[in-house]
This record gives sequence, structure tokens and C-alpha cells, in this order.
Amino acid sequence: MAPVNLNDLLTILPAVFIVVWACVLLLVDAFAGALGKRLTPWLTALGLVVALVLDVSAAGVQASAFNGMLEVDGFSHAINVLVLGAGLLSFFVSYDYLNRQGIAKGEYYILMLFSISGMMLMGAAADLIVVFLAVELLSIPLYILAAFAQPEPKSEEAGLKYFLLGAFAGGFLLYGVALVYGATASTRLSEIVAAVAAGLENPIFLLLGAALILIGLGFKVAAVPFHMWTPDVYEGAPSSVTAFMAVGAKVGGFAALLRVFIVAFPSLGVDLAPVLTGVVAATLIVGNVAAIAQRNIKRLLAYSSISHAGFILMAIVPYADDAVHRDTAAAALFYLLAFALTSFGAWAVVMTLERAEGKGLELSDYAGLFRKYPALALAMLVFMLSFAGVPPTLGFAGKFFLFRAVLEGGYVGLAVLGVLTSLVSAYYYLRVVVIMFMEEGKPQAAGSPLLNLTTGLTALGTVGLFFFSQPLLDWATNALLRLF
Amino acid sequence: MVPVEYYVGLSAILFTIGTLGVLTRRNAIIIFMSIELMLNSANLLFVAFARTFEALSGQIFVFFVMTVAAAEVAVGLALIVAVFRTKDTINIDEVSSLRG
Repeated sequence: MAPVNLNDLLTILPAVFIVVWACVLLLVDAFAGALGKRLTPWLTALGLVVALVLDVSAAGVQASAFNGMLEVDGFSHAINVLVLGAGLLSFFVSYDYLNRQGIAKGEYYILMLFSISGMMLMGAAADLIVVFLAVELLSIPLYILAAFAQPEPKSEEAGLKYFLLGAFAGGFLLYGVALVYGATASTRLSEIVAAVAAGLENPIFLLLGAALILIGLGFKVAAVPFHMWTPDVYEGAPSSVTAFMAVGAKVGGFAALLRVFIVAFPSLGVDLAPVLTGVVAATLIVGNVAAIAQRNIKRLLAYSSISHAGFILMAIVPYADDAVHRDTAAAALFYLLAFALTSFGAWAVVMTLERAEGKGLELSDYAGLFRKYPALALAMLVFMLSFAGVPPTLGFAGKFFLFRAVLEGGYVGLAVLGVLTSLVSAYYYLRVVVIMFMEEGKPQAAGSPLLNLTTGLTALGTVGLFFFSQPLLDWATNALLRLF
Repeated sequence: MVPVEYYVGLSAILFTIGTLGVLTRRNAIIIFMSIELMLNSANLLFVAFARTFEALSGQIFVFFVMTVAAAEVAVGLALIVAVFRTKDTINIDEVSSLRG
């Protein structure tokens, strides 16, 4: 075994850069005085751009680092691009929002950077211990961010709930890793496969371990029945944090789920398929049905994000099916991209309309939006249509590719359930539209240049990228080439 | 040498106690202690397996887990203190105001 060398660090340069940059910014924020504090957010954005450039310039590089603990390939590059893009969008939506809410502090951005580094490692993790460490690196800063508006009681409560349930999930994940280690004498994904092929003494450990890992990561992506925290945390946390974690934690969680299950546990496909199908069905039904009853836009979007987790999980059900899993995994990556853009846009609109002390978050506060702020209402229309999966939006393309891949795999029941729950979801998304366009009211928007820019760009992206869906899907498919 | 089954059994019991503790107790500190118990039951499993495999890796993992647990304690206790200052209680049923 070679000791850690410079090459390892260079292989995962974007993630290393983000960590180092976050540490530097901690010092800048603490010691560079008033100017430093003003600069921290902008330096964060600069760091994200640099990391994005580093990652894109290394696209196509395939290597493993740290004795095979991390695997840099097209998949990890794709996850890096998604996560760094999400980080930039969160900077855009956070900057003015935090000032307006009076919670603008430098550590917000630094914690965000640390969390992003965890998400990047999730995409590259080729060892279950690294998966565990990356999950914690992703989560611990998020616990603090959820409580960032303290002493606001709701935010503190969100932080505490997220922390307790997140740590609980971490316990399941770790115990699962320990059991897999016990079954195969290794936590390296490739060695687990080799050990399974050579025959196991205790195959039950492997199955139990994989199930516990599924529970642990299921919490992170908010799949039913591990979703209880989602509405409370999404409602209580500052909206900019919610926007960040809705996208970031999902991308990270699904990245780890895809790689771990496809690479390490293909032998368990038959045993796990019914469990996974059950989880998908429960997630789709609970997420979409519970969203109908919501009156608060943040809770509505929380349940909507649960239902989208169900759609993406659909792609993981046939993970052991060699003929299908590449298409479904590519569709899942595409869906994540569509969800990320749409979700940030919708949250940007929510933040524009949110006022001090949590006012302006009821659906009734959106009445009359079209008359007073037509551009904002049209943007929200785009996001709602994309969430519901109506063309011409990225959300439609995402659902289309996903259902097509699932159907080609012969999972007709899943696809039917997906279409039916999409119809249910159209009801509550379109209700928002009806309230905005048809009802009378006096909404108050506090737009700011950066927020408006985000809303505009994501709306344009959601519609514009729809016309480039096929190239984007090809990009996702190419990203997955090395994984299998 | 104590057979590995005993360790696995003990660790499973500890994990179950931890899980039940999280689900049934209402005091945030005790819930948190139960979570630590879950992490440590996994540690026990790692060490026991590492000994049977005569491999060091499992023992090294325990150090990682302890570090993570320490970081979690730092953040978790800070959150609990912050909640206690605002609400004068850490009973999670009384803290809970978000519903729907």
C-alpha cells in the first residue's frame, strides 16, 4: 500500500480546494475586519466558480485515489457539477435574503462550503466508510444551518429535529456498514463484489447491512417512511437553507445510493426489489397526497420534494438489472438536474414573497400575484408546471425519460403508479397557479437584484434546457459509462 | 478467545437498546445518548470482526467513527443548549411547535 501522496490530492482537487478555501475563509471572516466580513460571501462564490472550473477542466479524467477509497470518473464529475452549481445558486438566493432577515453572518457561507465538500465526496466515494464520513460531512454543517436563524424558536426546533433524526439515520448507516464489513471482510465496493462472488459465510449479514444502509441513506433523501423530519425542518429552517438542503442533500444521497447499490450489491437485487418498490410506492403516495392538504408554501414544497425523491428512487429499483440500470441511472441524474433547477427557482420566488417573522408564506398570500407582479407569477407558473411534469419544461423531460427507462425495463406497475401520482400532484401545483392568477389579493414582494436574477435564470433554464433534453441525457449517460 | 458470535449478539442488543431509546424517550439528551449507543454498538462490531479477520482496517474505522461522534456531540449539545435557552425545556414534545 502506498502512502497518501500529492497525486491523490490532485485527483480530487475540486473537493480539496473547497475544503481549503473554506478554512481560509474562516480566517478571513474572523480576522480581516469589516472588509473581510463583507467579502466572505463573494469569496465563497468565487471559490465555487474556481472549483467548477477545476472540475470541468478535469472532465474525462478517470482515476482512483487514496488506495481506491475514492473513485473519480464521469459520474463523480457530473455530481460535482450539480453540487457546485447548486452551491452557486444558493449563494445567489441567500445573499439578499440573509441581509433582509438580519441573519447575515460569514459562517453561513463557510458551513455551506463544508457541506458541499461532503456532497462532492459522496459522488466519488468507493468505500462504505467514505460514504459514512461524507454523509456526516454533508449533514453536520446542515444541522447548524437549519438552526441558523436562532434564537428564532422555529429555526432552532428545525435544527434540533434535523440533528436528532439525521444522527439516528447515521447510526443505521454505520451499523449497516459494519455488518457488510462482517460479511465480506472489506468496505471497498469492488472488494465487496469480489467477496460475494467468492461465496460468503454469512450472507444474511450482507442483506441486513444493505437494508440498513438503504434506511440510512433513505433518511437523507427523505424517502417514506423515513421522511417525518422533512416538512418540519423545511418549514422551520431559513428558506435559503431549505433551498440548499432540498437540492444538495438529495443529490448527495442519491449519488451514494446509485454508486453503492449498483457497484456493490447487484447480488441482492432480487431480495431488495420488493422492499425498494414498496418504498417508492409509499413515497410517491404519501408525498403527493399529503401535499394536497398543505396551506403553507414551505410545507407544500417539502411534501413535493418527498414525492420527487420517490420519482428518483424509481430509477434505483431495477439497479441489479444489467440491461436497464444504465438507462434508469442516467434518467435519475437528468431528473436530479431538472429538480435542482426547478426547486431553486420555486424557492427563490418563495423568498421574494417572504416577509419578516415568517409572514407571506401562506398560499393565500400568493393571491393576486399575477396582477401585481406578472413576471414573478409567470416564473412561478413555469416552476409549478415543471414540478408537475407539463411540457415544455425540464420537469416533463425528466419524468418522460424516467418512465421510459422504467417501462423498457418491464416495470409497468411502477410507471403506472408514477403517472397516476403525477396527476395527483398536478392538482396541488395547479392550485398555486389558480390562486396566483385568478384570485384577488395584495401580495407584497421584496425582490432584490440577485433573487430576481436567480428566478429569471432558473425559469429560463427550466424552459430553455427542455429543448436540449436529449443532449443532456446523453451527457448523463456518458457520465455513467465507467460506473458499470 | 471469546467467539465472535458473542460480540455480534452483544452489539445487536446494544443497537436495539439504542434504537428503542431514540423512539421511546422524550428528553433530547437521552435521545442523543441512545444515538451514541447505536454508533458504539457498530464500533464494537467493527472491532470484533477486525479481530476475526486479523485485519487492522476495522479497528481504524472506529477512530473515524469516534471523531465523527465527537463532532456530532459538539454541534448537537450546542443545539440543545440553544433550544433550552429559548424554551426552558428539552422535552421534544414540548419543544415541538411545527405541525401539519
